[in-house]
Amino acid sequence: MAVEKTLSEINAKIKSGKVVVITAEEAVSIVKEKGIKKATAEVDVVTTGTFGTMCSSGAYFNFGHTKPKLKMSKIWLNEVSGYAGFAAVDAFIGATALPDNDPLNSVFPGKFRYGGGHVIHDLVARKPIHLRAVGYGCDCYPRKEINTTITIDDLNQAVLFNPRNAYQNYNVAINLSDKTVYTYLGVLKPHMGNANYSTSGQLSPLLKDPYLKTIGIGTKIFLGGGIGYVAWQGTQHCPQLTPLPNGGELIDGGTLTVIGDLKQMHPDWLVGASFLGYGASLTVGLGIPIPILNEEIMYWAARSDEEIYAPVVDYGSDYPNGSPEPIAYVTYAQLKSGKITIDGREVPTAPISSYYRGKQIASILKDWIREGGFLLTEPVAKLPSIGEAPPLKPLKEIDND
Amino acid sequence: MSPKRIVLRFMAGTADRPIIYHLIKNYDLVVNILKARINPKKEGTMVLELQGEPEKYKLGLEYLRSQGISIQPLSQDVKRNENLCVHCGACTSVCPSGALFLERPEMTVKFDEDKCVVCHMCVKACPYKAMEVCF
Repeated sequence: MAVEKTLSEINAKIKSGKVVVITAEEAVSIVKEKGIKKATAEVDVVTTGTFGTMCSSGAYFNFGHTKPKLKMSKIWLNEVSGYAGFAAVDAFIGATALPDNDPLNSVFPGKFRYGGGHVIHDLVARKPIHLRAVGYGCDCYPRKEINTTITIDDLNQAVLFNPRNAYQNYNVAINLSDKTVYTYLGVLKPHMGNANYSTSGQLSPLLKDPYLKTIGIGTKIFLGGGIGYVAWQGTQHCPQLTPLPNGGELIDGGTLTVIGDLKQMHPDWLVGASFLGYGASLTVGLGIPIPILNEEIMYWAARSDEEIYAPVVDYGSDYPNGSPEPIAYVTYAQLKSGKITIDGREVPTAPISSYYRGKQIASILKDWIREGGFLLTEPVAKLPSIGEAPPLKPLKEIDND
Repeated sequence: MSPKRIVLRFMAGTADRPIIYHLIKNYDLVVNILKARINPKKEGTMVLELQGEPEKYKLGLEYLRSQGISIQPLSQDVKRNENLCVHCGACTSVCPSGALFLERPEMTVKFDEDKCVVCHMCVKACPYKAMEVCF
């Protein structure tokens, strides 16, 4: 008979200290050893983890009112501009925002030493942050400017809110052009001199529940070292399963919007990043528990690096010109070995996301659940699964002349 | 003796002299220039791999010092700040000498200072500023 479990049964086991939790990496070997049926019967939860740069991240704040009151229409945190088009003292800062006086790429490649991601990291590290805000003045809010120093503990609310995180899968970047390119996937040498990738493969949350059978709106997760929740499908969410010509399948396109109280997060798991010639960003630690309700869920949670494929895309010309047709498909096992073969040529590989840190996240989450402090949540609503989201549209340019 | 890696710093006025020629010709040393740079103030930095008989090696270094050139062992030049490194691996793809590499299967980044040629590529490529230049 097929094994079936409910989430409340698993939560009861968490409360009684009898839950069996393993990481997604351990799931690979346990299923190989014991078979799906036995592993499903024995294991209650599989934890995943990823630690990669996720540009669609940011945080919003309520700074508290000044006396007399100011309606902030523009704000800067450590000179990095935020967005204040909300009520008087609410503002958002994006991970890739930069100071107004950053030299950018004027001397190429630019360094982008400090941006929104670094502000978020410094806030979480409880460092003092300079706040400048200006307003135009009105009867309710007569004041026009403030220059002060804040810490995260001074704020009424500080909330991490990332519109697109945890990309299900990601391109392996190569450069077919004859000059070095500086990308968000690192420095790419000409003539396919190297190949960089940025997914934790067999530990990656959305690759371990590709049909989103357990991950949905309201799912409680590890976010930035603290607790977070899945708020919605991420921007550009469009999960797909494409059979590959030489066997295997490509699963990609799923994304999540996540949210959590920034005040309980940790600077080790939200780190500002500077990509040479590209810009600033935020590296986010994110882990999702997958309740093993049946054999099908276990089947996907136990998929190995040998079975998970990633597309190889040219960032020298194809990607920037908007036609990123994959040149080849490789497995994460090949990528992690340190070299892949494309068109008969050996190309050295390097990861841009930290598998080591991803594994630590899966392990921390496992401990939280085993210790009884982290119960699993039933999704409030489902997210569009493979083939259910409308295809992504390009931006149409209309000639107004 | 096995080759030693050293950093030479030339003051302005020294950088245009044929120092390396004398090092080879008079001290019979095997010289491998790993990096050489002259800044706008005409001060020079050179990273060398140097090999020869111990006595001649010693005399060669004395000659360099007599020319006003300061000598440092190479490993002092680029350091990894362990607190900032997240073990992603971005540096491993740009490191030309294999000094930075991933240890498998743990996927942790290791830094073999003996192999570092102080090209500073990792300093530029590290998104977390974990690779630092020490003078």
